[in-house]
This record gives sequence, structure tokens and C-alpha cells, in this order.
Amino acid sequence: MADLSPPKPIAAGPPAGASSAVPRIPPSIAGGEMEVAFDIAGFSLWYGANQALFDVDIRIPTRAVTAIIGPSGCGKSTFLRALNRMHELTPGTRIAGRLRLFGEDLYAAAIDPVVVRRRVGMVFQKSNPFPTMSIADNVLVGLRLNGVSDRAFLRDRLEASLRMAALWDEVKDHLSRPGISLSGGQQQRLCIARALAVQPEVLLMDEPCSALDPIATAKIEELINELRASFTVIIVTHNMQQAARVSNRTAFFYLGKLVEYDQTRTIFMNPSNSQTEAYVAGRFG
Amino acid sequence: MTTPNQFQPSARQHAWRKFVSGAMAGLMLVCAAVVMAPIFLVLYFLIREGATSLDWAFFTQLPKPSGELGGGMANAIVGTFVLLTMAASIGVPVGVMGGIYLAEYGSERANSWIRFMADVLNGVPSIVWGMVVWALLVVPFKTFSAYAGGVALGLMMIPLVMRTTEEVLILVPQGYREAGLALGIARWKIITVIVVKTALKGIITGILIATARVAGETAPLLFTALGNNFWSHRLSEPISALPLLIYSYAVSPYDDWHRQAWAGALVLMAFILSLNILVRLLSRDRKFT
Ligand SMILES: Nc1ncnc2c1ncn2[C@@H]1O[C@H](COP(=O)(O)OP(=O)(O)OP(=O)(O)O)[C@@H](O)[C@H]1O
Ligand SMILES: [Mg+2]
Repeated sequence: MADLSPPKPIAAGPPAGASSAVPRIPPSIAGGEMEVAFDIAGFSLWYGANQALFDVDIRIPTRAVTAIIGPSGCGKSTFLRALNRMHELTPGTRIAGRLRLFGEDLYAAAIDPVVVRRRVGMVFQKSNPFPTMSIADNVLVGLRLNGVSDRAFLRDRLEASLRMAALWDEVKDHLSRPGISLSGGQQQRLCIARALAVQPEVLLMDEPCSALDPIATAKIEELINELRASFTVIIVTHNMQQAARVSNRTAFFYLGKLVEYDQTRTIFMNPSNSQTEAYVAGRFG
Repeated sequence: MTTPNQFQPSARQHAWRKFVSGAMAGLMLVCAAVVMAPIFLVLYFLIREGATSLDWAFFTQLPKPSGELGGGMANAIVGTFVLLTMAASIGVPVGVMGGIYLAEYGSERANSWIRFMADVLNGVPSIVWGMVVWALLVVPFKTFSAYAGGVALGLMMIPLVMRTTEEVLILVPQGYREAGLALGIARWKIITVIVVKTALKGIITGILIATARVAGETAPLLFTALGNNFWSHRLSEPISALPLLIYSYAVSPYDDWHRQAWAGALVLMAFILSLNILVRLLSRDRKFT
């Protein structure tokens, strides 16, 4: 049933014929040779009558880490949740615009949101291992409930996912203990392992370290660094240093608009917008 | 104390306040004792009047014809369990699934109507359930039956189970549902495998409470199960139940039957009490985070 094979790489750049419809791309990206994961244009989102995202144009590269920054309430989480159609859980939301992943329109009528979320995994601010499940069951639940029952395959995925989440060495001897018996930082890495186990193409992280101490945070940042090699990672963070440390590109949102999007170095050292400059310098937000 | 402080009570005021506070606490203790008293009163009378008639025969023998001493309530004890099993097989699936619908699906508007109706149903007098099921199942089939009794109790269980199921499901943090969805798991699987499982203890607690609630019901059985002085061999025959037999023995003119009625009430009470203790044990550590 579920297609859980590794993502097939799709040709880089905008789909043929669409290039003229992508006007507002900053020059530093338009000229780049990056492989695009998300190709988003004119994207708006409303909660009922309240517009939370305004006409967002952004192309997010694959095999790179993109940070989303901006003051509280500017629409970071909303944007992230739109990327795997999670916002549809909130009744009364509505979107407009284009949102493509590797050339495929994620909002096309024929696309099942369940399939979108299998391709675009998510890690939440508050770690949330399933309380009735062991460490191993937590990691494997996504595969099992999608019909995978091959024991050798599951065992491989369990180890591989926990290794990728840098948790294997700490838990390999008590995989049958409850997931919630772990420490906060370990629980968050367990949630990352759980998300990686279904082999998504993209991993979304909404302030994954905001409830963690500096040591646990460092572990997760290190792990994000390693994920960069094979995934598309998009991370929302309030921590400027974190954005600077882990990301290749940074997008600055303000009041629901994408204000500036560029190489992380450029955003932090030499932003072209004065609001961006004020925000990264800590003068507001 | 150098600066006068109007909020600082004088020694006399202070003593008066302490007195009032103590008196109120004492009064409330008395009220609490008044709440507790009936339960001890019930247990005291049941044990005093009923314990002497509790012998092996009580649990193994059929009722003796009037006038003869001895005999037991074996058929009524079994009958109560048969009726409760039938009631649960109606009330649990319908109630649990209804509760899942309320908590996980359904629009706010429809749900508030369903909730309202469930609450009205919870308030329907039990004798009314008996009459309705009598009209639905006894009259058309021209016989009182275990089926009719089971249905009457089952219908009573549905709204009870439904509301408690809904309440415990709502307590399961939204984060678990979102985490499941983010793994690309279908919604119904998340609900059955993750959400319901997380709330399972609470759901079982609700089922036990509903079972205890209907276990002692007499009125809905009067017109449905009717009662039976012998073993019932088919569910389409009238069947005995503890509350029914207690009732008919209690209103009889025989001393021996009165004692047996007390004993029957003691057994019923012990059963309901043990269900409640089970509920306490189950709900002792109900937390999800
Ligand atoms: N479920 C909702 N219903 C209605 N409005 C919402 C909802 N969620 C968010 N909003 C609104 O959308 C806007 C963006 O919210 P969002 O949660 O995306 O901000 P954020 O950038 O993630 O903030 P924070 O940094 O505090 O997490 C806010 O104005 C918020 O009030
Ligand atoms: Mg947020």
C-alpha cells in the first residue's frame, strides 16, 4: 500500500514553462544551482477571516537546512504546518497560491494529505512520544500502521533511525522501556527518530529545542547537521545563534510576510532589508 | 510595632476569627460525617441481617417453594451476570463508538445536540426504559425474556458509557494526534491505535461505572426479564436477577425469605462495591503526559 521507498530525486529548478511565473525570487537564489525541494509562489493562508500568510514566494533547497525566523505571531508555525497540510486540522482555514514539492502540487485535488505527511515529516516543539508505547514501538509505529510487517526490515529501520537521531547508543539496551521514561532531550530525539523511520523527504521542525537545556540542544543541532546530507530540513527557531549555526539559508518572516530570504551568512552579516537587520540584531521581536 | 496598621487585627479580633474558623471547620466535619454515615449504615444492616443466611446453598441452590426453608439464589446470581453481559454487549460498543464520534469527529453543532440528548437519556427514569422495551420486545414476541432485560439495561448503559468515553478522549493531548498525522498515519488508525489506547483505562473505568449503575436496577427488569424461579435454558425465556428476587422476597410474608432478601442485597452490594474499588484502582494514576 504505502510507498515507503526512498525519495526519488526530481530534476532541479522550476518545472518547464513555469519559470516566467516566479517573479520575486531574490537574485542570489535565482542564479543559484541548488536543487529545489519546495517551490512556493503567491502562497497565502487564512484562519477564517484572518489572513496569517501573505503572498509568500520562496524556493527551499533540498539537502540543506533552512531556518525560519521572525517575531512571535509572524506566521512561522503557520507556514511550516502548511508545508505538510497540517493546518487543515484547524477548521476554517483556507489557502491560495502554489506549493510544490519536487515539482508536484501538494494541494492538487487528487493528492491525499495523508500521503503528503508521509513525505513531509514533522517534529514538534513539545516532545510527544506515544505514552502507551515502548521506545522501539514509538520509532516503528509509522511503518507498522502503514502496513509494514517485515521483521528484518523493521529491525533495520529501528536501528538506522535511532542512529540517525543519535540515540541508539543510549537506548539500544532497553528498547522495550516506555518512550516516556526517557529524559526530555532524549524524548525529542526519539520523536526525530520516529519521524525519520518512515523515510520522509522533508523534515519540518518547529522550535525543536525550545524546551531543552543547552547540552540537549547541542546534540540536536549536531544531528540536524548530519541530516543535511540526505534530507531537506526546515527549522523554525527563536534562537538567532541556532539559526546561524545550523542553517544554510534563512527566511525572515514578519507579520505574515516573507521579508527576506537568503544565504544565512547574508541574512546575519549583510541583510538588505532594514527590518531584517533590526530583528537579527535583537532590536525587536 | 511602631506604625499603626489598620489591616492588623487586634488580639480580640484575632481570637474571634480563630474561633469562627474552628467552628466552621467543625461544622463541615460533621457534614462530611453525615455523608459517610449512610454507607456504613447500609453495610451494617446488610451484614447484620444478611450474613447469617449466606451459606453454600445460597450460592448453589434454586429458591425453595414458599413455606419450605433453605434454598438459595443461584439462578438469580447467574441471571444477573447473564443480563449484565448482554447489556454490556449492547452498551459498550455503541457507547464507546458514540463517544469516539463525539470526541474525534462530528461538527460542534451536531455534537452539542447529541450531548444534550445523551444527558436527557441519562435522566430518563429506569422504569420508563422497562416500559419502552416491554412495548418493543415483550409485546410483539408475546413473552418476557432475558433478551428484553438485557436490552433494557444495555440501552441505559449507552449514554453513560458514551459521555465518559468522550470525556476521557478529550483529555488526550492534541499533540499525539498531530504526531500521528505527521507520520502519515490514517486518521482512523490514529484514533483506534493511539488515542483510544492512551485513554483505555478511563474508558474501562466508565464501562465499569455504567455496569455498576445498572447492576442494581429493578424497575427496567420488572416488565422485561420478569424473573424466574428456575434455571432459564434459553435467552428467550424469562430470567431471574438478584434485584428482582430481592424485591419479590422482601415483599413476601415469610421471615425466611426476608432473611434471604437481605443476603441477596448483601451479595449485590458487595458486587457493586467491588466494581467501584476496581474503578478506584484503575483511575489512581490516570495521566497522559
Ligand atoms: N488556530 C488558529 N486560529 C486562528 N488564528 C491562528 C491560529 N493559529 C495561529 N493563528 C494566528 O496566525 C498568526 C500566526 O501564528 P503562528 O502560530 O504561525 O505564529 P508563530 O510565528 O509560529 O509564532 P510563535 O513564534 O509564537 O510560535 C497569529 O496572528 C495567530 O494569532
Ligand atoms: Mg510557532
